[in-house]
Amino acid sequence: MSEEEDIILSELDDEELVQQMFDDLYDGLKEEIEEGVNILLERGWAPYKILTEALVGGMTIVGADFRDGILFVPEVLLAANAMKGGMTILKPLLAETGAPRMGSMVIGTVKGDIHDIGKNLVSMMMEGAGFEVVDIGINNPVENYLEALEEHKPDILGMSALLTTTMPYMKVVIDTMIEQGKRDDYIVLVGGAPLNEEFGKAIGADAYCRDAAVAVETAKEYVARKHNAMNA
Amino acid sequence: MSNSFLELLESREVLLADGATGTNLFNMGLQSGDAPELWNTDEPEKIKALYKGSVDAGSDLFLTNSFGGTAARLKLHDAQGRVRELNRVAAELGREVADKSERKIAVAGSVGPTGEIMQPVGELSHALAVEMFHEQADALKEGGVDVLWLETISAPEEFAAAAEAFKLADMPWCGTMSFDTAGRTMMGVTSADLAKLVEDYDVPPLAFGANCGTGASDILRTVLGFAAQGTERPIISKGNAGIPKYVDGHIHYDGTPELMGEYAVLARDSGAKIIGGCCGTMPDHLRKMREALDSRPRGDRPTLEQIVEVLGPFTSANDGTEEGSDAGSERRGRRGRRRS
Repeated sequence: MSEEEDIILSELDDEELVQQMFDDLYDGLKEEIEEGVNILLERGWAPYKILTEALVGGMTIVGADFRDGILFVPEVLLAANAMKGGMTILKPLLAETGAPRMGSMVIGTVKGDIHDIGKNLVSMMMEGAGFEVVDIGINNPVENYLEALEEHKPDILGMSALLTTTMPYMKVVIDTMIEQGKRDDYIVLVGGAPLNEEFGKAIGADAYCRDAAVAVETAKEYVARKHNAMNA
Repeated sequence: MSNSFLELLESREVLLADGATGTNLFNMGLQSGDAPELWNTDEPEKIKALYKGSVDAGSDLFLTNSFGGTAARLKLHDAQGRVRELNRVAAELGREVADKSERKIAVAGSVGPTGEIMQPVGELSHALAVEMFHEQADALKEGGVDVLWLETISAPEEFAAAAEAFKLADMPWCGTMSFDTAGRTMMGVTSADLAKLVEDYDVPPLAFGANCGTGASDILRTVLGFAAQGTERPIISKGNAGIPKYVDGHIHYDGTPELMGEYAVLARDSGAKIIGGCCGTMPDHLRKMREALDSRPRGDRPTLEQIVEVLGPFTSANDGTEEGSDAGSERRGRRGRRRS
């Protein structure tokens, strides 16, 4: 386990290479991930298979260790950055091959809230997990959310608030969506330090996400359910 | 040079700091989304009332209304060109209130995080962070604060940048981090880490500690963590008045003034010298804290069990300072690291 010899990625068989990419993602090694993706492409792997089995698989481990308090934000951001390196190669190929998308999200902090570090972390980790993210920034009135939903047609709407005084505004957004008959078109995820699950339910969100890792897991779960429902 | 903060720190056993800034200003009509710092010039009477609320409740020191006073934060309100003015006025108003009091009151210049993630994981460079903190520090100094007060930081890189800036401004400082993620800061810093970290700066802080975070119980565990490192440096504890709850469409902090009184006594017994509140802490809470600190004799350092008994459960099972916790990141069987 502790041998210090250089591992030559191209000499590993597929299974070993994927395992190595899990480790390289864990360590945030962007160049190695890019190299791994290119090798798998040369070996004829479908872009979608590389995305789900090598990259998303590796990020799932990172997410689990973040959730369990073993990794912290700096390591997770480095991992997400490495993942993005791989995604940059895969993105055009995924579009060409008509592969299913991971999903997309519009995210922003609610009106009155200027605290954006949590939202930024969620954006980076969602992108790291292969989602397309449209970040509409801070201090968003309900109109901004609705416009962005109309324009980008995402799977998910994400709202963030750090202040106890601003979190009730999430309900305003959801209520407006209900009034306009659009609520069920989207998965609504909410997050922010003062929120909890009870609050998420009370305002009619699909789920409250405790941190960025939970947001990614929850997003994956809900998008899978949505796609299943559409195919049924 | 006479300095109220240094005199208080040397002459008193325990100092009562202030409570919340945001919670109080919202009660005075600040609209969420607006920058509190703009009120330094737009509503100076209200800012003085905020400061006076702490002083009248018995605080020995209070923080200026300049938490979001770096160019990085003011930029969000298109006020990045007003760093000097807004911070200077925040300090001048504070000086005015403090100097009118019959008691000796120290004015601490609040400096909050830039809100940006620093390199290598983020975009903000060390040099730019130092520059922004330096600009704010100079303005607070010009306005007459006794000490600079860095708070709610989560990244060691940002703490170090501020320390460097405060040295450039030639000002004494105190600094606290926010331990809100399983007993660590968002960036993974433990209480033990911070106690060691502060000794490494060219000009270490006069006092260091924790603010905000989660509940009162958690911050006391953090204080015990600092004390366990055997630090000689005064410890700061500024905890929230309980945890916010959503009740019938309103937000309510569940920490009563009585509970904050208990928190203050336990914080002192845990080893904190500077004790205050953070979010949700109103003058009523501060009064009970003052009363409790003045009337209750110092007790033994509480155990974690005693803290839970009085203030309620912790939000996480541990806080990263227990033995063997550093081995955590090697949980999975690892393959050989390449190109090492």
